[in-house]
Amino acid sequence: MKNNLLPSLKLTALFILLFMGIYTALILGIAQFAPNHGKGFVVLADGKKHYENIAQNFSDDKYFSSRPSAVNYNAAGSGGSNKGPSNPDYLATVQARIDTFMMHNPEVRKSDIPSDLVTASGSGEDPNISIQGAFVQIPRIAKIRNIPVGQLEALVQQNTEEPLLGLFGTKKVNVLQLNLALNTLK
Amino acid sequence: MNTEILGVIFIFAASVALAIPLGKYISKVYGGEHTWLDRFFNPVEKIFFRIAGIDPLKQMGWKQNLIALLTINLIWFILSMLVLTNMSWLPLNPDGNPSMSPDLAFNTSVSFVSNTNLQHYSGESGLSYLGQLILMLWQFISAGTGMAIGAVVFIAMKEKTSEQLGNFYNLLVKSCVRILLPISIIVALVLLFRGTPMTFDGKDTVVTLQGDTMQVSTGPVAAMVAIKQLGTNGGGYFGANSSVPFENPDYLTNAVENISIILIPIAMIFALGYFLKRKKLAWMIFGVMTAGFILLVIPTIYYEMNGNPAIAHMGISQPLGNMEGKEVRFGPAASALWEINTTNTSNGSVNSMHDSSMPVSGMNAMLGMMVNAFYGGVGVGFLNFYIFIIIAVFISGLMVGRTPEFLGKKIEAREMKIAMIIFLLHPFLILTGTALASYLAAHDTAMGWWYAGNASAWLNNPGYHGFSEMLYEYTSSSANNGSGFEGLGDGNPFWNITCGVIMLLARFLPIIGPVAIAGLLAKKKYIPESAGTLKADTATFGMMVFAVILVLVGLSFFPALALGPLAEHFSLY
Repeated sequence: MKNNLLPSLKLTALFILLFMGIYTALILGIAQFAPNHGKGFVVLADGKKHYENIAQNFSDDKYFSSRPSAVNYNAAGSGGSNKGPSNPDYLATVQARIDTFMMHNPEVRKSDIPSDLVTASGSGEDPNISIQGAFVQIPRIAKIRNIPVGQLEALVQQNTEEPLLGLFGTKKVNVLQLNLALNTLK
Repeated sequence: MNTEILGVIFIFAASVALAIPLGKYISKVYGGEHTWLDRFFNPVEKIFFRIAGIDPLKQMGWKQNLIALLTINLIWFILSMLVLTNMSWLPLNPDGNPSMSPDLAFNTSVSFVSNTNLQHYSGESGLSYLGQLILMLWQFISAGTGMAIGAVVFIAMKEKTSEQLGNFYNLLVKSCVRILLPISIIVALVLLFRGTPMTFDGKDTVVTLQGDTMQVSTGPVAAMVAIKQLGTNGGGYFGANSSVPFENPDYLTNAVENISIILIPIAMIFALGYFLKRKKLAWMIFGVMTAGFILLVIPTIYYEMNGNPAIAHMGISQPLGNMEGKEVRFGPAASALWEINTTNTSNGSVNSMHDSSMPVSGMNAMLGMMVNAFYGGVGVGFLNFYIFIIIAVFISGLMVGRTPEFLGKKIEAREMKIAMIIFLLHPFLILTGTALASYLAAHDTAMGWWYAGNASAWLNNPGYHGFSEMLYEYTSSSANNGSGFEGLGDGNPFWNITCGVIMLLARFLPIIGPVAIAGLLAKKKYIPESAGTLKADTATFGMMVFAVILVLVGLSFFPALALGPLAEHFSLY
């Protein structure tokens, strides 16, 4: 063990230099050439900066709402509900979300509500909803904003993100982008 | 075909396609052969060996290799304790995060040095940037440790009769510098250009579209996420790990990260084949592992995509599937694939919350960790599989009435004893831990210093699922996995210390055991193959190994699984 102590200590010091120092500096250096200098993708609108990939809370009925968040959209303390699928308290929470949704969207049939709108995401910061999740909110927004349903449907379709290369993964809508586009409609 | 299913097939196929050439490269690195990257790495290595005073060509026996491994790991543990308990006043702490308590620092240090990355804290509020960087250091070199000791066993299997089994320091430096570093740089680059941050600025404050103020955590994320996936580490930068958009912004990064999880574990198998010049043996091992993996992944994808029957009962639709704890940009299929990949490989990073998966998925995730050898952790996954091979050789020998031999070496009582002890250690640690915690929770014991409140309060879910939370935590600790049913209230002395002790034992004993067996076998006389030799590189023997795994793991864990996930499943369906 004694013969190993000195080489181990020196080797550890060299690893610190290489991985905490040089590797970190290299990635940080390359980050300066990445979009927004490696500080996360942002959108600017009306002089305000928004992080494109981080969910915002849209509690106001005139906006498309994001998915529920177990951490109240805290982007400095991510987390899910960690509730099990058979937990009675959890199922009561989902039922309450469905009831609330029906109250705010009386025109919608219950069977059209997709589960992503009434279940909390893993991170609490999911920026997306499903296409169906956007469509079921259209009647409410059309009424409040006085915009024809057809125009809103077209807006959702314009903001639909296709699967990767059209082949892999899910179709989705970025709620922030959709609401920014919504604000520009007359 | 459904684009979610296509995505899953693509991710797995791409992983295997990349692992084969990488395996060839790894074999060359350990064999000291020439590669085109030599011009970059030869000078770096020379500096390392000269300054550290190491002669990379000096051969060590199996005991010397183990002593070197344990010494350097002890140094890392002490250094980790020092940094984590003093973060608050050390540099690189723009958010003013606190130091860790001694029990949390013990858990975290053991966790990261042992390549587990169980996290009883949240990265955003529990670590300074210096803390994150030192954990990233362990992510490189603990993975390198596993690969290096795996290579020692490769060498022991190759030599006909020898006590000279390579040099641990040399293999460690080569694993870190020539294998982990270049691939990490590539992965970090992809992440950077798809929106993962890399900055030393503190939290940002922004105003949302509807006028609320919100804080956004950031940091040197891209560098860490790359190595956390590649080194089967899994410790997330943020609390909710790779479900957080800043760690995993879109489907492409998800595919790259998921490939990174299983890339080196699979490549190590092919590396073994190239290294021993026994490609058929590698394909046998890969076949057994893949069969097990597929048997676990298909039901998981099925149940996740079909959604939760209790929610279907409420009359809404589940077009995607079970979405609690999942992200829309990945969907249930890719989340299910990740869940099984991350638990089979001892990685433990998550892109969905396993606590909220359907019961069968949670069970399959636990089964992956209970076997802990379907691909397994970098380097050490093969060591676990090696134990199963030894047991299968022994049982086959008994069945045909011949002395058991593996690769021309007789397997005798001493090797078998070690193999059995190492196999039994895993269920012993998991089941004793779970029994203790369940006893305390069932009796609602007042825990005093160990836990603020009565024991049942650490459960986030009642009934069967609550039991699963405790079973999962100890399974994950003993498998050096690091994922969790994260509802469990584990940030307290009771869980920090019990899990810490289990991670420590479950890391180092299963390294010592297989290395000892391989070392003992390497010393023995080589017996040339004859007509009566058991052929290890055949499908028949592969099925034998698979049956051994099935029976041993099944017998050990079925009762516990019946009380937790199986009972929950039948209560829901």
